Amino acid sequence: MSTEEIRAALAEIVNEVAGIPADSVQLDKSFSDDLDVDSLSMVEVVVEAEEKFGVTIPDDEVKNLKTVGDAVAYIERNRAA
Amino acid sequence: MSRTRVVVTGLGTTSPLGGDVASTWEGLLAGRSGVRPLGDMADGLPVTIGATAAVDPAEVLDRVVARRLDRSSQFALIAALEAWADSGLEAARESGALDGDRFGVAFASGIGGVHTLLSNHSVLLEKGPRRVSPIAVPMLMANAPAATISLKLGARGPVNTPVSACASGNEAVSLAADQIRLGRVDVAIAGGTEAAIHPLPIAAFANMMALSKNDGDPTKVSRPFDTGRDGFVLGEGAGALVLESLEHAQARGARIYAEVLGTGITADAHDIAQPDPAGRGGARAIRAAVKDADVSPGDIAHVNAHATSTPQGDVAESLMLHAVLGSAADDLVVSATKSMTGHLLGGAGALEAVATVLAIHHRTAPPTINLDEQDPRVELDVATKPRDLPLGDIAAINNSFGFGGANVAVVFGSPS
Repeated sequence: MSTEEIRAALAEIVNEVAGIPADSVQLDKSFSDDLDVDSLSMVEVVVEAEEKFGVTIPDDEVKNLKTVGDAVAYIERNRAA
Repeated sequence: MSRTRVVVTGLGTTSPLGGDVASTWEGLLAGRSGVRPLGDMADGLPVTIGATAAVDPAEVLDRVVARRLDRSSQFALIAALEAWADSGLEAARESGALDGDRFGVAFASGIGGVHTLLSNHSVLLEKGPRRVSPIAVPMLMANAPAATISLKLGARGPVNTPVSACASGNEAVSLAADQIRLGRVDVAIAGGTEAAIHPLPIAAFANMMALSKNDGDPTKVSRPFDTGRDGFVLGEGAGALVLESLEHAQARGARIYAEVLGTGITADAHDIAQPDPAGRGGARAIRAAVKDADVSPGDIAHVNAHATSTPQGDVAESLMLHAVLGSAADDLVVSATKSMTGHLLGGAGALEAVATVLAIHHRTAPPTINLDEQDPRVELDVATKPRDLPLGDIAAINNSFGFGGANVAVVFGSPS
């Protein structure tokens, strides 16, 4: 999957969970400050993303995923592994 | 100092008969049954019918709102928002004239978020703990419906969840009225909700022999007071009432449907599930409510009976009314609306409170359907068609009884 494909698939999850329009889920956007994704919704997004992308995102790692770009980069790094 | 009077200024419901008050009341007056086959969901179950909600709540609410709420909270929110809009208080809330600190909620559920609990249990077994929803707890907790309403409308006073099985909804009305009488709040949303039409509760209620096993025409199965009754039919939905101090309602020129005149709450201490066959606990609740209301038996024109269509309970309720009201019990008009709505458990007392208030407001008692041959032990004038209620000052009782021996009676009166 390309970076853009991961972003688009993640955007679909954010839309499903939090109702944020998928096209506003861009790499530079902060989940909490720009997209208004609260902490429990973020956990839902993470759990959905784990299944979708076949990765594991430990709870300790979630706090480092501040922006959509952080999450996409984490998924790219860990997908193949 | 005179007691604070409490009035009803808004009504809401989503029920097996309709998605709002108007359609539900129309269904009640028409004698329409909300009981239907459950389809695939009930495959292999001992009971395959239920009074499902006429309108799917997930189709009414915003998608993201709906996915964060158990079905029971979805019903509660829809009913509460209708009651709120009906009360005309939204303008006061928006302008800040309504103090959120003086605004409470008492909203009941008998069982809680059972769909959420069981669907997450299935996920746990099939996919493991990581896939259990992080919002499962706030979705399934017993006070989720009350908290959802508080959050939506900014109610920052007492936000309570009375739980007394099938008396819960009526107990919520009583509790909300108490909060206003005690001067803690000026406005409260009261109600009850239930969404327990799911294979596990159906199997459980059926195994305790509470549900009817009648496999004939579904619309004929719920038959309170009839000799052919053999158990209740599970229903789902919610009822909601906006209660307000009379002073607060009058100051804003609100339309007043009825007054909450008195309430009574007792317990049988007899059996965890069976009612006291003599109805003594229920009689004490009705007596307490009538005393609290300061009305005489002859003032009571109408009773919305608990009457679930079980063999013992319906007879006990007749005994209670006679024990408390004496010969006046012969003269009042009784309605058993569960004949049409099925039994909404924790929502029942609230939906029936809405029906009782509407009966006073419209001076019309709704019919009881399927009463082909009245049990001779039930010595009551049970309406089988819509019946006019007298003009002038009248009172009506809403009865609710629940597992655990819970008994709640609320006396409503015409506005004066």
